Amino acid sequence: MIEFELNGESVTSASEADTPLLWVVRDELKLKGTKYGCGIAMCGACTVHIDGVATRSCITPLSSVAGHAVTTIEGLASDAGKALQKAWVDEQVPQCGYCQSGQIMQAAGFLENNPSPTDEQITAAMNGILCRCMAYTRIHKAIKTAAGGEGA
Amino acid sequence: MAIRADQIQGNVSRRTFLAGSAGATLVMGLGVVLPGCSREEAAIDMAIDAASRSFAPTVWFEIGSDGGILINVAKAEMGQHVGTALARVIADELGADWDDIDIKYVDSDPKWGYMITGASWSVFTTFTMLSQAGAAGRTILCDAGAALLGVDPADCTVEGSNVAANGKQVSFAEIVRKGDISRTFSEEELGALPLKPASERRYIGQTTQALDIPAKATGQAVYGLDVELPGMVFAHPMIPPTRYGSTIKSIDDTAARGIPGYLQTLALTDPSEVLQGWAVVIAEDYPSAMKAAKAVAVDWEPGPTANVSEADILAEGAKLAADKSSGVLFVDDGDVVAARADAATTHSAIYRTGTVLHFTLEPANAVVEFVDGKCHIHSGNQWQSLILPTLAKSLGMEEADITIHQYYLGGGFGRRLWGDPMIPAALAAQQLNKPVKIVFQRADDSRFDCVRSASVQQFDASFDMGGALTGIEHAAAAGWATLAMAPFFMLDGIDGKGKFHGFEINGADHWYTLQNHRVRTINNELAQRTFLPGWLRSVGPGWIGWGVESFMDELAGITGEDPIEFRLARLDASGKNAGNVPESVGGATRLAAVLRDVRDRSGWGRELPDGEGFGVAVCGGQERAMPTWIACVAHVAVDVESKSVKVKKIWQSIDCGTVVHPDGAMAQAEGATLWGVSLALHEGTTFKDGQVVDRNLDTYTPLRMADVPELDIKFMDSTEFPTGLGEPPVVPVAPAIGNAIYVASGIRVRDLPIRLS
Repeated sequence: MIEFELNGESVTSASEADTPLLWVVRDELKLKGTKYGCGIAMCGACTVHIDGVATRSCITPLSSVAGHAVTTIEGLASDAGKALQKAWVDEQVPQCGYCQSGQIMQAAGFLENNPSPTDEQITAAMNGILCRCMAYTRIHKAIKTAAGGEGA
Repeated sequence: MAIRADQIQGNVSRRTFLAGSAGATLVMGLGVVLPGCSREEAAIDMAIDAASRSFAPTVWFEIGSDGGILINVAKAEMGQHVGTALARVIADELGADWDDIDIKYVDSDPKWGYMITGASWSVFTTFTMLSQAGAAGRTILCDAGAALLGVDPADCTVEGSNVAANGKQVSFAEIVRKGDISRTFSEEELGALPLKPASERRYIGQTTQALDIPAKATGQAVYGLDVELPGMVFAHPMIPPTRYGSTIKSIDDTAARGIPGYLQTLALTDPSEVLQGWAVVIAEDYPSAMKAAKAVAVDWEPGPTANVSEADILAEGAKLAADKSSGVLFVDDGDVVAARADAATTHSAIYRTGTVLHFTLEPANAVVEFVDGKCHIHSGNQWQSLILPTLAKSLGMEEADITIHQYYLGGGFGRRLWGDPMIPAALAAQQLNKPVKIVFQRADDSRFDCVRSASVQQFDASFDMGGALTGIEHAAAAGWATLAMAPFFMLDGIDGKGKFHGFEINGADHWYTLQNHRVRTINNELAQRTFLPGWLRSVGPGWIGWGVESFMDELAGITGEDPIEFRLARLDASGKNAGNVPESVGGATRLAAVLRDVRDRSGWGRELPDGEGFGVAVCGGQERAMPTWIACVAHVAVDVESKSVKVKKIWQSIDCGTVVHPDGAMAQAEGATLWGVSLALHEGTTFKDGQVVDRNLDTYTPLRMADVPELDIKFMDSTEFPTGLGEPPVVPVAPAIGNAIYVASGIRVRDLPIRLS
């Protein structure tokens, strides 16, 4: 059994140590907001925070989060996170929406460290997260809005 | 099965509008009363039982005693916010307060009639019905409200979910609570109902927030991949080496047996023959299924296309395009043969596109269970009515006993028009007698994709002594999605030589007036045998337009005319290009108008630095019967040394008639424009040994944020009939970029994706 913190609560997993965190979170712990896209850490749909750092859960073995704090989109409660979620609605960002948990988790981790980013910094931070609907201009704009607004 | 165009287009005969109270809910629907029932019986059935078999509504909504209005949507939500757009049309005519509106995406019950979300048809094909349904509902509420207020209905206004007259008002909620309503309208009565003029619309064309967005910003939206059923096991596909004709010689799961959670490996026999040589690994959980799939060894006898390459497919296409006896005639205006014989000069070119994946970010998946002899399938899908007969064949069941439950689609782009990923899950669930969830890993999703076929187009133009263009002969060869998946859609060619569908040639019948013009559409049979060709966002025009609009630029270069002036001279709206009421009022004049608009807004013709250029292209939408008028200018910078292309800016001017949901329309246009850039420069794969080579993002590289150019997209003010929007803005982008590359570098690119080598 491996113990870690998930969205502020202590949880245990009975999965094998090498199981990707993504599937533990989705199928064992039943939080479906984190998505599977590519399985090789190149789309970013599976992005969660581990001790506050945006991380691709599809290649993160369960054993590596033992004793650490994992945050998923369901538990995103930081000021930056809330500001992003509001901006996501205000700017009408999502189309199919499937990548958006990953987009928001990546952006939230980024704004924690860089509350007033430049356009170029936003693009560099977000370039690893694929949006297949290509809603990129709105994703970029919403991050800028969130950074400029309250709570960021 | 046979389907009729009118079923899809919604022009079902004998439509009736019914309204009936059921307890404290008022149910209203527009549809067809089934044989053997009276309208009155159907109204009662509808009110007391939502699953009524006496009435097949195509529009159906209900108003609760709290005033909440639930609108049922029989379309797939895959990013286009279709439910919001359709609900706006009803709400506007109904006189509802938008805050009262909620929407529900329905299952595949036959009562919904033919279910398809594709071809950018949704608003176009339902606009009239939704408007009439809303107007009928308003009339009923107005009459009932007037009775409660003791006034003449003619004196009432219906707005904001209230009926008001002489300073008094009654809400929809009160009407529903107090009124025992039962009314019907015939087809004729519906047609006579007054619809609001554009000036009185409150929602259509106004800014709003899409109803599906909040759930998508919090991780709460439920996609097919998120479905779980009690007692389900997981299936992992074992995909054969060729799409067709592979057989399993042996399965050895010795190495998998020690993996905790591994249950068994099933060879699947599919009577529909969609799956050939398939097996699935079954496990208690998905990580175990992935591990076991690596450990299970399946030995296949590959099918006959195991050695086919992209080069083979393109060579076959080139051979067919050059053979003037091949294919089916799609356009034959004037006499291209005589024009050719009389030509002083000629010019020919071959344009090609490579294989493209859909790469929906949500990989293929389905959850299937059997309950009391009925099959329930949980999976996001665009064309339920297409896969149901195939599922029935696979399972040996009646279509009526199979229900597809709808979820949000993590991308459609045409991939989810064909529900074949449901089949292995359904067969496994049937065999195991327990619920099965199949999930495709990304590489398997790519291998099982119905890709956009590689294509070859040949153009032969003729010029007279004076150097004027006299004719164009155009041949286009590719694998045909419609032949593979919906052959009942196929139409006769104008020469009676065979069948074809516009999905594989639309866009070749463009809106330029040409004295002599011939188009042949040709099925590339090698492509057809090797893989399952699919419809990809923007469908035929998406690759046809690459050839047509690039070649137009070549011709303008030969005649020495400005590419925009060359086009405008041929957009004269004469003859067949004059347009029809209501969908193409104005004809080619509207294409000329967007072209002038984009010319002026982009500063076309201005001086640019060395190595930069402007290119133009136009598009008439997905089909002539539903034109969306678009003109595009691309500004690119080319570095010939490093063979790199940077798209600096793209302008699009779009006329799709009335814009129902402006922000949603802009989002679609932004995404589609970037799809155009991605297909032009960033993504594509090839076939090798009968399979696609690039299966994941390590080598398949769609456009990322850093590649996004500046976008300047404008919708033309219009109150004309609304046409399609989700796909057409893809079409002109690649040829505009290609034409700009030519201006910037002198290099004429004729292959997609564009590679400067």
